[in-house]
Amino acid sequence: MSSLSVRATIVSALLLATLLLVWQILVQGTGAGPQQMDPEYARLVGATASQGKSAMPGPLDVGAQLWRHLSDPFYDKGPNDKGVGIQLAYSLARVLGGYLAAALVAIPLGFLIGMSPLMSRALDPFIQVLKPISPLAWMPLALYTIKDSAASAVFVIFICSVWPMLLNTAFGVATVRNDWLNVAKTLELSRVRTALRVILPAAAPTILTGMRISIGIAWLVIVAAEMLVGGTGIGYFVWNEWNNLSINNVINAILLIGVVGMILDQLMGRLQRAVSYAE
Amino acid sequence: MAAGFISVEGLAKRFPDPGGRGELTVFEDLWFSVAQGEFVCIIGHSGCGKSTILNVLAGLDQASDGAVIVNGKHVTGPSLDRAVIFQGHALMPWMTALGNIELAVSSRFRGKTKAEIRAHAESYVELVHLTESAHKKPAQLSGGMRQRVGIARALSIEPQVLLMDEPFSALDALTRGALQDEVLAIRARTDQTIFMITHDVDEAMLLADRILLMTNGPRARLAEIIENTLPRERSRADLHKHANYYPLRNHLIDFLVTRSRQLAGDGGAHLDPRHPAVVRPALGAAAAATGDGADHPADAAVVAAIRARAR
Repeated sequence: MSSLSVRATIVSALLLATLLLVWQILVQGTGAGPQQMDPEYARLVGATASQGKSAMPGPLDVGAQLWRHLSDPFYDKGPNDKGVGIQLAYSLARVLGGYLAAALVAIPLGFLIGMSPLMSRALDPFIQVLKPISPLAWMPLALYTIKDSAASAVFVIFICSVWPMLLNTAFGVATVRNDWLNVAKTLELSRVRTALRVILPAAAPTILTGMRISIGIAWLVIVAAEMLVGGTGIGYFVWNEWNNLSINNVINAILLIGVVGMILDQLMGRLQRAVSYAE
Repeated sequence: MAAGFISVEGLAKRFPDPGGRGELTVFEDLWFSVAQGEFVCIIGHSGCGKSTILNVLAGLDQASDGAVIVNGKHVTGPSLDRAVIFQGHALMPWMTALGNIELAVSSRFRGKTKAEIRAHAESYVELVHLTESAHKKPAQLSGGMRQRVGIARALSIEPQVLLMDEPFSALDALTRGALQDEVLAIRARTDQTIFMITHDVDEAMLLADRILLMTNGPRARLAEIIENTLPRERSRADLHKHANYYPLRNHLIDFLVTRSRQLAGDGGAHLDPRHPAVVRPALGAAAAATGDGADHPADAAVVAAIRARAR
């Protein structure tokens, strides 16, 4: 086992090195041009125009910029110049707000749907129609109703997180083994006690699967939502840097979004393992 | 028949026929009783509704007709007075063995403190000799150990009746034997009233005082009640040495192999549902019965004699 993981690490490192090398080669300038050009003029138009250097920053440029971001992530020099730490914190706060609100709605409602065939059938058409709607399609409606762009972004996160949690909770609750429910019945457990002591732990792994999918989707959607509403957040940061034509910062933001998304997923994965059980 | 501790009166179960518009009768017109402290087994082929009977007794299933009365009370739903040991152990896999029993204990004895619940649960873990594995999850236990936890859980609520649905059928022969001994020992100590489903003739002979024989389904009926003619104090070691062992065993196997089908074939016309034949297969009686499959005149004679005595 350990030799496999060692070998996998080596292959990963080789792939990374190759990737960085190819990247560096592709964006390197040809070096041709400056001889014929007035040096003063060449400095003015920059390396891209004078030496044929790509506007795409190389891995070393990106690394250096990343280092600058990470060494001072929380500076605040006005609305259009905040550290990436602050931007990520805004995004995370919105995601957590919308996500927790979604959990508060989806898990109890999922219990209701899973335990009551009547409610399951009655609510099914609503879910079928609402589920496939892109969360961003709700944005104008949210902006009009809530009249606050930051709260609208939170609402969009809410609406996109709710479905996986709702459907997984309903499924997990509906498929709790009949034997366990029969045990609960013969022990004359109250409905509340059956829900908390039997159904909740039995369905917990399935519920957590839904919550894990939801947090992933929420983190995908927040970037797009913040591009629309603007102001703060990592999504806004990406768009703002695009308007600044700083491809380097855009790449930095992309990397950070990926890392934060991975951490969120792993935290949920850990929680999932904590509630899972072997039969 | 005198009303017993458990009294089953005219019980029937029918389902809507999946094919046509009629009804499918699993069993009907079922009458029997179980006395307090008695161990009764029910044997029959798959499809005769054994599990349904047990579920109705447990209150987990509704009968289409008839009633079950336990200790003077009409059974309308599940109750802590009737504990069930399920075929699959039905332990909650996210709790430890002890936790499973504690859940049951805390449901039965609502006023007990946490420490009292723990002590009560531990005493039942000890009863089934699982003290060392008390803090393991069911997945870490062997099949036999899981079923022991199931037994401990059922006994811990100190039920009036213990209902067992083929509790050992999923276990290997050695483990099954050990658990049967366990049940015998617990029975000897507690005098628990037990109703058990089994398809294992030897298990029924070892454990039961009386054995109910069902004809094949659909429209299964109670064909006979066999009184166990082996001495009450039994052990697996010398059971087969008793003179009545083979007459009893032959009678049961003969019933399962041929007569359960024949009796189902004639629609149970010869059967008296309210007073099913009571048979006591013993050395002299059953020797004459062998070799005559269809009508069992010898058995009929025994039955007649018993009936006459009963009246």
